[in-house]
Amino acid sequence: MNSLLTRPQPSASDLARHIAISFEDVSISFEGNLVLDGISFVLERGETKVLFGVAGAGKSTILKLALGLVKPDRGSIHVLGHDVTQMREEELFELRRQIGMVFQESALFDSLKVRENVAYRLIEEKDIPPEDVESRVREALRFVELERTLDLMPSELSGGMRRRVAIARAIVTQPEILLYDSPTGGLDPITSTRIIELIVKQRDVYKTSALMVTHRLQDGFIMASHHFDQKSGHMVENAPGEKTDANTSFLILRDGKVIFDGAAPELAHNTDEYIKEYIS
Amino acid sequence: MELISPVDYVKESVLAVQDWAELSGQSIRNVFKKPRYVSDMVYQADIIGVGSLPIVVLTGFFTGAVLALQTSDTLARFGSSSLTGQVVSLSMVRELGPVLTGLMVAGRNASGMASELGSMKVTEQIDAMRALGTDPGKKLVTPRVAATVFMMFFLSIISDLLGLIGGFFVSYFMIGLDASQYWTMTYQSLRNEDVTMGLIKPVLFGFIIASVGCYYGLSAKGGTQGVGRATTQAVVAASVLILVVDFFITRLLMGLGL
Repeated sequence: MNSLLTRPQPSASDLARHIAISFEDVSISFEGNLVLDGISFVLERGETKVLFGVAGAGKSTILKLALGLVKPDRGSIHVLGHDVTQMREEELFELRRQIGMVFQESALFDSLKVRENVAYRLIEEKDIPPEDVESRVREALRFVELERTLDLMPSELSGGMRRRVAIARAIVTQPEILLYDSPTGGLDPITSTRIIELIVKQRDVYKTSALMVTHRLQDGFIMASHHFDQKSGHMVENAPGEKTDANTSFLILRDGKVIFDGAAPELAHNTDEYIKEYIS
Repeated sequence: MELISPVDYVKESVLAVQDWAELSGQSIRNVFKKPRYVSDMVYQADIIGVGSLPIVVLTGFFTGAVLALQTSDTLARFGSSSLTGQVVSLSMVRELGPVLTGLMVAGRNASGMASELGSMKVTEQIDAMRALGTDPGKKLVTPRVAATVFMMFFLSIISDLLGLIGGFFVSYFMIGLDASQYWTMTYQSLRNEDVTMGLIKPVLFGFIIASVGCYYGLSAKGGTQGVGRATTQAVVAASVLILVVDFFITRLLMGLGL
């Protein structure tokens, strides 16, 4: 993974073909506080990268930078081969249609029904027939097992249900990249595992590239040690001795810098004191 | 309370004006760009226009009435009570109709826009909208600006008319003026220039109300407290701007011979 960073600058077509997201020497500060200090990493196509770090480490900022919602002070960010730091807001709207984002507090439109929330992007595209919109909305809600909530308002749902509707809204157009901002934050363990199962399902069934921010280490380890079994329709643990999913890697942030970027076994055997304390 | 340096204060103020000007410019440019959210415009026109009708009717009526009451008393000292209709019509059409309608709509709708957009901002719904590929400027700001400008024009006309009717009630039933004399005076004293001035102002005020309300909403931060602050600031800024712009636009239009 790190070797990609030291290679000569890849061409735009290489970037688009193999790499979903790449950050190169990205720094950003808010009101004088340096939040990210020259971070670089690469998210390959089909890979899921789990972002760890203490609160305020800049994890959510990375997702917003990838979407072009905020601009970095320095560095470049390529998403699906496009340099988002050089794009105007109008050009970014096109690119964002290929990316799904699940916000920390779901960010559902509270004046719209669940159906309209999930259908939002499809309706905005205008050229999709209403019957297609309806069937795709139902399919997305079926994916998160919430088809019965179609006509409810977001305020009538529990926190976990809102998070699942937010996932349905993000996946309804089958985007190439998914960004999850603390999808299990503040939820009970059972609901959290259910949401992780949905993320694993999306990863293994649709092979979507994803960045996932989380505070919960077990979320990341479950993702690395489980796969989605389409026959049973559930997430199952990899058999003993079976290689853990190579498509899930970890990135740990500390004081605005990347202190670890690699797979689960490397993380488990890392000798850095801070990382050992963090994962203990 | 944290003290802020004068330099930072000036910088922040200049930045705020720049951001507001940028948002306002975008809202106008977006009218000529696709996609246009016509249904959102109609919905906002209903909320702003039809929703504001009761307060505009009441304000217009009682302003015209009290104007007649006050001026007739003064005019009576010079034996010119018959001019009451003229004073009411000129005051209402040139000045009080647009300004009071503007202040009422600012109180009702600038606050509503700031609180609605502010709530969306602090709950990340604005970011979600951008993430879903929709321009909040086109979807939220332009329909509100267009609807407010459009409806303020008609609300001012209604307010003017109700003001004249209020003045008539006082003049006829309380002062004892002749009905036809009152209406002839109000009608004959109005020149095209007066009406033009009375119709230009609400358009400007409508633009101020919506752009200021949306600006404060979209720049809200700091949770529910931030939304409350944005709402208050929006009403205060819109109201003060209406009165300041009213002075300068009146002077400008008078200079142009209106």
